[in-house]
Amino acid sequence: MIVLFGVFLLTLMVITALAIVRTQHLFVAVILTGIFSLLMAANFFLLDAADVALTEAAIGAGISTVLFLGALALTGEHERVSSSNRLLALSVVAVTTLIVIYATFDKPHFGDPLAPVHQHVAPWYLERTPEVIDIPNVVTAVLASFRGYDTLGEVFVVFTAGIGVLFLFGARPRRKSGSPGIKVAEPGQGLRHYLIPRVVGRLLIPFILLFGLYVQFHGDYGPGGGFQAGAIVAAAFILYALLEGEAQALRVLPQRLLTGLIAGGALLYGAVGVAGMLLGGNFLDYSVLAADPITGQHIGILLIEAGVGIAVTGVLLSVFHAFAGRRRR
Amino acid sequence: MELLGLYHYWVFAVLLMIGFYAVIAKPNLIKKLIGLSIFQSAVFLLYITMGKVDGGTAPILQAGIESPVFSNPLPQVLILTAIVVGISTTALGLGIVIRIKEEYGSIDEHDIQEVDRR
Amino acid sequence: MLLDIASWALLSIGGIFVFIGGVGALRMPNLYTRIHAASLTDTMGAVLIIVGIMLQAGVSLAAVKLAAILLFLLLTSPTASNALASAALLAGLRPGDTVATHEEQSE
Repeated sequence: MIVLFGVFLLTLMVITALAIVRTQHLFVAVILTGIFSLLMAANFFLLDAADVALTEAAIGAGISTVLFLGALALTGEHERVSSSNRLLALSVVAVTTLIVIYATFDKPHFGDPLAPVHQHVAPWYLERTPEVIDIPNVVTAVLASFRGYDTLGEVFVVFTAGIGVLFLFGARPRRKSGSPGIKVAEPGQGLRHYLIPRVVGRLLIPFILLFGLYVQFHGDYGPGGGFQAGAIVAAAFILYALLEGEAQALRVLPQRLLTGLIAGGALLYGAVGVAGMLLGGNFLDYSVLAADPITGQHIGILLIEAGVGIAVTGVLLSVFHAFAGRRRR
Repeated sequence: MELLGLYHYWVFAVLLMIGFYAVIAKPNLIKKLIGLSIFQSAVFLLYITMGKVDGGTAPILQAGIESPVFSNPLPQVLILTAIVVGISTTALGLGIVIRIKEEYGSIDEHDIQEVDRR
Repeated sequence: MLLDIASWALLSIGGIFVFIGGVGALRMPNLYTRIHAASLTDTMGAVLIIVGIMLQAGVSLAAVKLAAILLFLLLTSPTASNALASAALLAGLRPGDTVATHEEQSE
């Protein structure tokens, strides 16, 4: 029965993806991408991936849409129709689709518990988590402790993207004379109507921050963790920036603090790893962080998830401010 | 019943190629980035579909349930990492597109190649 | 048993409301009427669906979380529609225009 829901959602996703590719109005394409991410998140939830669904909803449907819209405001909304070479692209794509579909017939049955992917490492993780780490959420245990190196690499990727965007936008745009790119409303219209979003937004921002903290610290016991929390806290501050203006938002959280957060988050993660080495274990070995290995694991996971959350918040907010603060020409 | 399971993989193939088509055939740079993100989402779908176990639940241990069946946590961990890496690359890509627009005046692939040829 | 029937009824009626909203969003002539159709029915449908699920959850932590989600939706969904409508007003779309006249204007 549940599989029918899945089939329905998958069909909707294909239709949305086709609409995204065919539309020429980029604003429509970005909003449809948000809808696509939300459908994907619902599908992940149906496939028992609760953590992944939360991450996809928070990052894919939330932050990604905001970043695309910020970029669209600076680049322009319409796409010209391309006239050349579409037949070649279509034929390549069609042939590859048929080849991949032919390959899928060899896959094990959907949901087969004897499939090769469910042997070897996965049952080991499921067995050893209560003994070694003793937290209910196995995904967080694997992400933060058993596969801590991968997550360290991921934090460094986020860090690199953040400093990449900061480097790109450090240069001032060359002054060019010309008309402003945005349409200006007729006077006397529009600004008065902004009261309702402002009031409701100001009411909600504390609760969004509270929820972000809840997701951060609750990652051990249910779906959650640093990445989702970072995205949610960043969303709260982005909402504040949208309501009160860019200048006010930069007064509340100045760029220096954000850069400090980016570096501090990655540094915290690395420091926990090095602390493990200094206390006698291996790099990123949390069992030596406290007298009892299980408590050590808990402390280690808490600290690195905090580092991840801080780094992700800093990067997403820095990228948003870089896009939103750029002068339009 | 088997066909319903295979449907997930077919949708993966179709979404993969839709995203790929947007990357290769559309000249607008932002459309290419959107296509790339659809491509990535299709790959995520493949991994998470492979991780599902019949009759399983999300891999969260709960006290008091006898011999539970869990879905595989390992693909979920990999895809969690992949989603965040995807948004990082998208953010950096969007930054590059904005700078290209400022330097070349257009984000259409053909216009940019025109300017470069001169 | 009675709880189950009530739950089913609420979920189905909520689904019907959302469906009506979808049909309205397609068939209405311009943006303002479409917002009106979609937002009212969506909020009502969401309320009914969540109350239906809350009946299934009984008295538990899950019901409190669902009540919190319901409150959040009741606050944000109408605000989003208001923001959408005022953004459309700011962009110059007047309430009397249908889609056809707007396309004439932008040519």
